[in-house]
Amino acid sequence: MSALPDPEQLVRDLAERMRGKITPDAGLVGIYTGGAWVAERLHRLLELPTPLGVLAVTLHRDDFGVIGLHRESRRSQIPFSVDGREVVLVDDVLHSGRTVRAALNELFDFGRPRAVRLAVLADRGGRDLPVAADFAGATVDVAHGEELVLSNENGRLRFAAVKRPD
Amino acid sequence: MALSPKASLQLGPDGRLRHLLSTEGLPAETIRLILDTADQFVSVSEREVKKVPLLRGKSIFNVFFESSTRTRTTFEIAAKRLSADVINLNVGVSSTSKGETLLDTVYNLQAMDADMFVVRHSQSGAPHLIARHVKPGVAVINAGDGRHAHPTQGLLDMYTIRHYKKDFTGLTVAIVGDVLHSRVARSQIHALKTLGVPEVRVIGPKTLIPDQVERMGVRVFHDMAAGLKDCDVVIMLRLQNERMNGALLPSAGEFFKCYGLNADKLALAKPDAIVMHPGPMNRGVEIDSAVADGRQSVILPQVTFGIAVRMAVMSMLGSPA
Repeated sequence: MSALPDPEQLVRDLAERMRGKITPDAGLVGIYTGGAWVAERLHRLLELPTPLGVLAVTLHRDDFGVIGLHRESRRSQIPFSVDGREVVLVDDVLHSGRTVRAALNELFDFGRPRAVRLAVLADRGGRDLPVAADFAGATVDVAHGEELVLSNENGRLRFAAVKRPD
Repeated sequence: MALSPKASLQLGPDGRLRHLLSTEGLPAETIRLILDTADQFVSVSEREVKKVPLLRGKSIFNVFFESSTRTRTTFEIAAKRLSADVINLNVGVSSTSKGETLLDTVYNLQAMDADMFVVRHSQSGAPHLIARHVKPGVAVINAGDGRHAHPTQGLLDMYTIRHYKKDFTGLTVAIVGDVLHSRVARSQIHALKTLGVPEVRVIGPKTLIPDQVERMGVRVFHDMAAGLKDCDVVIMLRLQNERMNGALLPSAGEFFKCYGLNADKLALAKPDAIVMHPGPMNRGVEIDSAVADGRQSVILPQVTFGIAVRMAVMSMLGSPA
């Protein structure tokens, strides 16, 4: 398998793909935790005037009936009105699509956006739901049974492929 | 009262919350988990859509053998914001008056596929009895039993104190008034001691302070001025009007003079002390309007936090084992 890409470079590539393709007052919303790191960087690179939002999707996850509720101090904070606005959801890795589904539900609890786009750092395929990214930094091959995990070591993003615990 | 095996009844072998019956025996870690979980629900209530799907498809029965519109309503709101179906039963006026036993009532409701019971009863220990007899996976929340416990009120008070004071370990907390008849006071004292509050005081006339309350680790004051000195938190208890006619108290006016909270007495506590009350208040009996509506009062935030804390408890109890 080829080496994993450098996320910091992918963020810059992703920003270039998005430049000019989203409305000037679009609101960026990062999905905790990895997506929030990516969204912070995109927000800075694209110099967007609308403040950055974050979404915690725990309350809308579809596996509550299986794994229950976990301790979670993070909460969604959207410091702008989503009504009538273009909102760009940002996540680190797009895999099954379930997180995006939960994030859409969470987002709509705050109002009715004009449109929602999806930007991801890495698309690793393997979708369970009909979800596609509007902007992707790269498509990344990861072996079946492995997770692509983004970590933040002292402010520097890094990818790792780890065995899925099951 | 033989309510001792509470801890094992409330907590599963893995330490997860199975029922919420009392704050007594609830480990500090479990209390903190409930308060942390409540944090995320506070923000849900501030949104345009105040509802999350965690308990979708679950049926929660509010079974009130003793009526209380306010408490029942807060449980109902909490359950509805978690998308549960809520069924309210005022059992006091239906089955029991026809001679049905407590457990028969519960078995009947269980046969309607209840997932959770919220129980209020005038008899101490009734929710424990129910918890011992429900099917595995069915949870019981004590919404107040006799003089014994009112754990969700105790927990929402802990949430409120933590919200304003951050840390429990340096606090002086006073609980004032009719401690004798108060299940709220008992639930507060157990939780405060578990969370490491070094000084918990109870203040009231001898007739309204239970014997040997010192065994719970509290200091007793009959003089309100001495008791309020340097407090960080002042919790006023509701004085039930029916106590006034008996031998326990001379009159409401006399009680207010000695144990009612007014601005002058509150000035003896720390300048940033918060004033709490579980509601409903008797203005001019245990608390002066100027204090109840004043800058140090957090009585209305208590109500708001109460919804989030009840959502936290319900969602934890609704988690799969």
